[in-house]
Amino acid sequence: MKTRFIVPLVAFVVLAGILAYGVKRAPEKHFIASVMVGKPVPEFTLPSLTEPGKMVTSKELHGKPYIINVWGTWCYACREEHSALMSIQQLGQVPIVGVDWRDTDEDALAWLAQLGNPYSHVAVDKQGRLAIDLGVYGAPETFLIDAKGVIVHKHVGPLSVEIFKRDFEPKLKEQTQEGAS
Amino acid sequence: MRALLLILIAFAAVQTAFAIDPTTIPDPKLQARYQNLTHELRCMQCLNQSIADSPVELAGELRNEVREMIVAGKTDDEIRDYMVARYGEFILFRPRFSARNVWLWFGPAIMLIVGAFIAVRIIRQRAKLVEQDNEPLEEEAAER
Amino acid sequence: MMLPELGHFALILALLLAALQAFFGIAGPQLGKDRWVAAVTPAVAGQFVMVATAIGCLIASFVNLDFSVRYIAENANSALPLGYRIAAVWGAHEGSLLLWIFLLACWTLAVAIGVAKLPKRFGARVLGVLGFVSFAFLLFTLATSNPFLRLDPAAPDGRDLNPLLQDPALAIHPPMLYTGYVGFAVAFAFAGAAMLEGKLDQTWARWTRPWTTTAWAFLSMGIALGSWWAYYELGWGGYWFWDPVENASFMPWLAGTALIHSLAVTDKRGLFKSWTLLLAILAFSLSLLGTFLVRSGVIVSVHSFAADPTRGIFILAFLVIIIGGALTLYAWRAPLLKSQAGFEFLSRESFLLFNNILLVIALAVVFGGTMAPLIADALHMPTLSVGTPYFNPSFTTPILPLLALVSLGIMSSFKRGRLGEHRRTLLVTLGISVVLALAVSFGVFGGPRILTPVGFTLAFWIVLTSLVDPIDRWRRKLSISRSIIGMTVAHLGLALFVIGITAVESYTNEHDIALAPGQTAKQGGYEFRFAKLEPAEGPNYSGVRAQFIVSRDGAPVFTLNPEKRQYWVQRSVQTEAGIGTHHGTNILIALGEDLGANKWSVRLQLRPLVNYVWVAAFVMALGGGIAASDRRYRIARSEASEAVSAGGVVEAK
Repeated sequence: MKTRFIVPLVAFVVLAGILAYGVKRAPEKHFIASVMVGKPVPEFTLPSLTEPGKMVTSKELHGKPYIINVWGTWCYACREEHSALMSIQQLGQVPIVGVDWRDTDEDALAWLAQLGNPYSHVAVDKQGRLAIDLGVYGAPETFLIDAKGVIVHKHVGPLSVEIFKRDFEPKLKEQTQEGAS
Repeated sequence: MRALLLILIAFAAVQTAFAIDPTTIPDPKLQARYQNLTHELRCMQCLNQSIADSPVELAGELRNEVREMIVAGKTDDEIRDYMVARYGEFILFRPRFSARNVWLWFGPAIMLIVGAFIAVRIIRQRAKLVEQDNEPLEEEAAER
Repeated sequence: MMLPELGHFALILALLLAALQAFFGIAGPQLGKDRWVAAVTPAVAGQFVMVATAIGCLIASFVNLDFSVRYIAENANSALPLGYRIAAVWGAHEGSLLLWIFLLACWTLAVAIGVAKLPKRFGARVLGVLGFVSFAFLLFTLATSNPFLRLDPAAPDGRDLNPLLQDPALAIHPPMLYTGYVGFAVAFAFAGAAMLEGKLDQTWARWTRPWTTTAWAFLSMGIALGSWWAYYELGWGGYWFWDPVENASFMPWLAGTALIHSLAVTDKRGLFKSWTLLLAILAFSLSLLGTFLVRSGVIVSVHSFAADPTRGIFILAFLVIIIGGALTLYAWRAPLLKSQAGFEFLSRESFLLFNNILLVIALAVVFGGTMAPLIADALHMPTLSVGTPYFNPSFTTPILPLLALVSLGIMSSFKRGRLGEHRRTLLVTLGISVVLALAVSFGVFGGPRILTPVGFTLAFWIVLTSLVDPIDRWRRKLSISRSIIGMTVAHLGLALFVIGITAVESYTNEHDIALAPGQTAKQGGYEFRFAKLEPAEGPNYSGVRAQFIVSRDGAPVFTLNPEKRQYWVQRSVQTEAGIGTHHGTNILIALGEDLGANKWSVRLQLRPLVNYVWVAAFVMALGGGIAASDRRYRIARSEASEAVSAGGVVEAK
């Protein structure tokens, strides 16, 4: 019957192992894995910020990979991420479509004028409809959409050039390889 | 890392307030369903608040969605599915019963049964010892 | 001002003294070196002085608003009132850790005085274990969480204390809570000493009991204060959210309650020895686990301090050493602790066994629910969502049987139970309880839920059966020990708690409405007139204040003034609810938002008997305090020397 006295120690060691793993993963942990990855991007038709009178639609973007970046002028972290977006846009690998979430047009235009415009298109989502359909719960969030219109990656939180190179580029390379073959 | 902290701080700041939702749907049955559902759905930007209680705009928008869907005649399950399709199972405060959750939901009952077995075993052992044990307890009369 | 440097230096000295305390305390008795044993108490005293100096320096620096210290710049502001400047000392991670260490030093000093009459080597071992814990925390603080680090250049002004924490209850909640949390280290140290000695007997249990009960009492008050504070500060009317950090303080409490009861059996009959030992280790381990959860970033909650994985790994490392070490000792020593005592099926021992099993199940439920998301993550499963809808029914499952058994347990005797002798009393009291419960459920409040009469019945039954013995003794003019008074008071507190929870969960009346100044709302038999709305300014905030006149049947009852505040520096918005109690029902009014068209969203809540929940916790703590002061626990010198010669590894009893 001596064995049962070892049980608490063993149980504790297992628990400690799990906690150690939890701590190591902590920085990325706070972001809930997105259920939208693997699903087709929701259809949308939204007014364009930069070309008044015209619409930005998912249909017109279909056929080539692109990035959707959800942002707002009220969002502190979006300001942080903006310069990274400018750099990523300069890499020229994939167009960035901005979704201006719950903002006023004047604030958004002023922001882009001041900080620069990395976006090929900017869709205005005042009601937050597209954001909800994308499962967005905090700005900024960035999605990679493939040529077939499927969401292949989602990143919650400010994007950086490292993260782009680490998470987005490999998936983009897959796309071009598929496209070529 | 700093960005993460900033986001966390933003979350924390938001947490100090809560939402008051005076929405009323004329039909009391629908109103009751609305209250239940909004308390069951988690505010994804907050820490442990439901969309009923959360002051953030997203929560308000989702409450609106719920109201519209109820009025449009969708069932509770359809509304939950809609939310889960976009935000994952995490948005539900009451984990849906599934193979993964079995141990969580059945745990207490199973533990009760196991506990009963253990108790009976120990008591049987000790009851046998009582037969042989005629030593009087200290202060048996006055002490209990 | 050299205060921060002085504080820093004091901490380093404290670290060295803690190391000496641990070393002499453990190696001295082990190697039979009496001079080392004698050196332990001076080390304790020295460590206490150094830690007190350190926290004194931090408090002084806060009062002086020394913004060249980074921790102060992050947690205070020139607009922060004096009282909160002191409370801000423990408002964030580094400072609260120093508070932890200080309270541990206080407990250690108290223990040093208390064990002076006990066998010297045993006492040294207890202090040695405590020294080891102090050493670990001091090392952690100095290495990763130094509150005295300077900012260069000094900040012109601070970021201000989180407005949520600017409240009188804040001043008391963490110190009270930590006193309890940290106090379980004493039981842990007694357990460690017993394992190092290789013996654990009834005398040991008697020595350990008062320390454990006192720590438990403080923890009860600390948790209650936190709950009460959340209730009126957050204004949602919730008093418990099953938040991971709340659970982190509740788990040691559950283990501690089981421990108090298990110690009673070990004390009276020398039974359950290895189990009591394990519980003593478990209670403090849960305290340590709680510390880890809050500070490591593993669980994010409204309570958690800013997350930092490095800290997380460090705490985890010393968690492994302290708890792993204790459990290894346990695996080695516990098999030797046997007892030949017996007891009957319905004896007090049986009921205390049921008590422990049910408390452990409840603990497992809380533990499982809290850790489930973490574990799901580690196993790469989609994040599990566990909240109140899970905890409430699952926690109640073992607790209802537990409450039912309290009355039976109180009437039973050790060893032979003799419950049959009390059959009539038990049935009569049960009958009265059922009738009363139904009367209250339907008569006073009306429209109960299924569990409502059950809850009231159990509570009333506990009250009646708790009073049977004391009243009987009083009538027969027999003496009644503080142990029994304390136990009775604590159980009465428990009953009060159940009454409060049953009422609040069954009869809460809560509605959100849109109201304009001048309008009146009716709810639950009360009228609420929104009298006026005016601006409100404070030392570091601005906002609006509403005035509500609450009446019943036309007669005004009181006026409530809910506010909505914007704190300038931290830019956060806070709701201050207007709260009042009328005939036992707590009335809460919270102001929402300006909806436009002159209307505001307002939450009106009526919560019957919710105040009982917090009063009950204090009554339980009072009971614990009374019990802990029983004369049995004061050690006579002659007895101390007896204990040395008696005992042995195997108890023949």
